[in-house]
Amino acid sequence: MKMINLTIDGRPVQVPEGTSILDAAGQLGIEIPTLCHAPELSVAGACRMCVVEVERARNLPASCATPVAEGMVVHTETPRVQKARRVVLELMLANHPKECLLCEKNGDCRLQDYAYRYQVNWPEAGKGGEVRTFPIDTTNPFFIRDHQKCILCGKCVRACQEVRGVAAIDYANRGFYTKITTAYDVPLQESPCQFCGQCVDACPVGALTPRQSIGVGRAWEIRKVQTTCTYCGVGCSIDLHVKGDRVVGASASKMSPANRGRICVKGKFGWDFIHRPDRLTTPLVRKGGGKDAELVPASWEEALDLVAKRLGEIRDKHGSEALAGLTSAKATNEENYLMQKLTRGVFGTNNIDHCARLCHASTVAGLAMAFGSGAMTNSIEEIDQSDVILVMGSNTTEGHPVIGLQVKNAVKKGAKLIVADPRKIELTELAHLHLQLVPGTNVALLNGLMHVILAEGLQSQKFIDSRTEGFARLKEAVAEYTPDYVSKITGVPAEKIREAARLYARAANATILYAMGITQHTTGTDNVLSIANLAMLCGQVGRPYTGVDPLRGQNNVQGACDMGGLPNVYPGYQPVDKPENREKFEASWGAELSDKPGLTVTEIMAAAEAGKIHGLYIFGENPMMSDPDLNHVEKALRHLDFLVVQDIFLTETAALADVVLPGVSFAEKDGSFTNTERRVQRVRQAVPPVGQARQDWEIIAEVAERMGHPWENRKPADVMREMAALTPIYGGISLERLGDEGLQWPCPTPEHPGTPYLHADKFSRGPGKFHAITFRKPAELPDKEYPLILTTGRILFHYHTGTLSRRSKGLGTLRPYERAEINPSDAERLDLADGDFAVVKSRRGQVTTRVQVTDRVPAGVVFMTFHFKESAANILTNNAVDPVAKIPEFKVAAVNVRKATAAEVEKLAGAGVELVAATGEGA
Amino acid sequence: MSQASQAGKPARIGTPRQDAALAEILGEYKHEKGALIPVLQKTQEVYGYVPREAMARISQDLKVPMSKLYGIATFYAQFHLKPRGENIIRVCQGTACHVRGGARILEAVQKELGIKPGETTPDLRFTIEPVACLGACGLSPVMMVNDDTYGRLTPEMVSEILARYARAAESA
Repeated sequence: MKMINLTIDGRPVQVPEGTSILDAAGQLGIEIPTLCHAPELSVAGACRMCVVEVERARNLPASCATPVAEGMVVHTETPRVQKARRVVLELMLANHPKECLLCEKNGDCRLQDYAYRYQVNWPEAGKGGEVRTFPIDTTNPFFIRDHQKCILCGKCVRACQEVRGVAAIDYANRGFYTKITTAYDVPLQESPCQFCGQCVDACPVGALTPRQSIGVGRAWEIRKVQTTCTYCGVGCSIDLHVKGDRVVGASASKMSPANRGRICVKGKFGWDFIHRPDRLTTPLVRKGGGKDAELVPASWEEALDLVAKRLGEIRDKHGSEALAGLTSAKATNEENYLMQKLTRGVFGTNNIDHCARLCHASTVAGLAMAFGSGAMTNSIEEIDQSDVILVMGSNTTEGHPVIGLQVKNAVKKGAKLIVADPRKIELTELAHLHLQLVPGTNVALLNGLMHVILAEGLQSQKFIDSRTEGFARLKEAVAEYTPDYVSKITGVPAEKIREAARLYARAANATILYAMGITQHTTGTDNVLSIANLAMLCGQVGRPYTGVDPLRGQNNVQGACDMGGLPNVYPGYQPVDKPENREKFEASWGAELSDKPGLTVTEIMAAAEAGKIHGLYIFGENPMMSDPDLNHVEKALRHLDFLVVQDIFLTETAALADVVLPGVSFAEKDGSFTNTERRVQRVRQAVPPVGQARQDWEIIAEVAERMGHPWENRKPADVMREMAALTPIYGGISLERLGDEGLQWPCPTPEHPGTPYLHADKFSRGPGKFHAITFRKPAELPDKEYPLILTTGRILFHYHTGTLSRRSKGLGTLRPYERAEINPSDAERLDLADGDFAVVKSRRGQVTTRVQVTDRVPAGVVFMTFHFKESAANILTNNAVDPVAKIPEFKVAAVNVRKATAAEVEKLAGAGVELVAATGEGA
Repeated sequence: MSQASQAGKPARIGTPRQDAALAEILGEYKHEKGALIPVLQKTQEVYGYVPREAMARISQDLKVPMSKLYGIATFYAQFHLKPRGENIIRVCQGTACHVRGGARILEAVQKELGIKPGETTPDLRFTIEPVACLGACGLSPVMMVNDDTYGRLTPEMVSEILARYARAAESA
């Protein structure tokens, strides 16, 4: 790289060719004022604040847009420069409302700062000239747009276009009437805007103001606490803005490679559940103990004693196997570790599981069989450098928005995108190929791709020969899956199958991203094994920018698995039935442990209904919304002798509990979450617990102590130390080491830098193993009575069972109810118009919902989310499970749909209103 | 929010012939970058203005954000986002006309048609296009209807002149 020497303000500096004067000055610590510049955005050169004087140049060049030249002599604060800057500021102030007194940006406003620095005041009365008048846009629930305060720097436009690839806004009109707005100046909610708030964070003045921050604190009163978002598995690093003991805002942190300064609407605006008035603030017990008695507040002593006594009684009377625990993919690693320790070491059973069973159990099982490790092989940062991306069964831009951005970036850089999904999800708009397969036919499609690759000799024989085993059987298994045959099963045209196979196989670096569309099937493990087959066949694993990347759902579902929140393994995936593992944990915990693998979530429910499980401790899970066939789940939970629920709200599940223990939200605790790319990141306490709510680790430890096991290590840092000593993949990790960027496991020693991608030279299990997989149909197929396929998933604006997102004012206002998607051809036949109410019915139950008529779904398929309890999709879903991973088939159920009667619509209107209405009281 | 299309086949924008012409324009420019102004110009030639649905189609086919197209279409005075009348009226507001009562001529036109400059009559017969000077000071006060020029006007003459164009449309 050629270096350039120049002088700025009399000081010499050497910078690489192409550096701007602005950045060169920055290296010397000289701060040139700028309003329109941001390092992550393209150079606009629009505001003219950064002009400088360059010797022998006639005009004053904008330093952000002028590259350095050899021998250049620059002056950044000459009288001429200062005069030019003053003129810029005078012009802006002439058209800027005098509202600093109430403006939220006061104290953090660039215009204000520079007006002060250059001593420029408002124009004298009567000398200001004409002032723009634009109406203030208060129509969306997240932020207010005041075009009068806008200085037209265009940072928001570039943030929206360049960082997010959304381009909802741009400059409109010209001259004096220029404003930044949407096409046809419609409200943002009618534009492609996704309310990520990137524009809000970019705005240097008070033109874009989050509603949540109005009147709650001045810039200088607010401290920022870097922590990890509590919503999805991307694990965005965020700064919580805190005043006193309240969270008053959130913004993206640039520190973590997981998100690099980007977040989504949930991370930016969805945190306000923290201070909701309906948070649980005291323990609750059933008055008089009867099953149907009212839940009433109780003291911690009373509640904890009762829990310990009742669970102890069940253990003594029915044995350890009559108890079970569900741990929490929302809670920290440390808390998950303690929860499985409580179940294993105190209850004496391996009956511990969590919602990973419902999302990626098939990944954990399948990838362990193929590679020896069931996690995302590569890193989020690598995705935008892949040449070909196959997205299969992942609605990435809604389910994992920031990873969705990485996919968009990759396409912008020239990568080819293949999307395999029954629905026309947003990514299909930029996909080179959309393989619109019939739900539940993934194995056939993947075998078809492999058939083409083998038929055309595109496989990586070198990789197959040196790194894998079982190839001959795979070859045999895919032989019959010709494109024509596969086309008949999947509905994907044969030519597209060929094209996709060639694209993937010929890529220098290809990666596969997948999610629930692969895993939530009775063939979930087969699907995952098929994906592993495809990657190994083409040698697209074990290198940067390649890999098999399951996108994990919950913020800490990876960590909950890593911590042994699974019935068959201790922390770090150490099988419970291996005596040396058991002995290690027995020695450390001073407890006798069971060598019998425990029951899964679905099995626990069945056992509860059968009267084999008598006591259940549910920590931060909501099976009454998340599990398939809810009517059955309710029956099971009601059949228990004793149910404890530890949560932050009275969830649908907590409402059935005998004792409810109030824990704390992510903003109130310390510890760590592990995101989908195995990055262990810090969670930092920003505010004190609300009411009498207690730290979750403390609650679990108190129960253990009352059941005769006083633990020495209870606090997060101590628990992490204990866990790391017992868990090789976390061996080198401590809370102190995590810093602001986190560490990716495996990280076996305190000196180890962490592992961005797995299976570099050999797979965790040794050679990668091909599995011969044949296509099996879903457990339930459409028939005469139930002619449509119901498939389920999520939307951008809500999260899982809605416990948090529906309690967020902005999210709840923008999307207050379910809108089941139905194809225009089906809708016409059923006499349903967009926005009509319909009853969706399966063999297990029925729900009423509004419908959205859209060709996002193909004919014959209905799509619903599981966010809305009054239209709970999981009443309909099938609890048939994958034989290996025991994951239920959320993605395929047979249903029928009819128009709802007036009485049914009325009943729906009465349900769930307390959430919608209560959003009005939120923070 | 993703703007997934609501229907499978493209909805009608104008007449079948106009829509076919738009499809041809989009086909022509599909792989050409930086040609948004000619695309918008040609679209306007087809429909007489740039209909919102046409802009949406351009956005979709050329993969250009709608916000960007709107920005261009509102930046240049040559683009019209609303249907325009069959007859375009321009009343000179230059200095010479102003001195000789140009403002009263414009007033008379507005009164006669019930619309303001920049607006179009509901029957799409007339549009008053704002204009500064027509450069025919010798004829002041002056106005133009389409390519016809009328000079030395008095407000009383306006009604009769406009009536000719209304009749022409009726008999056509």
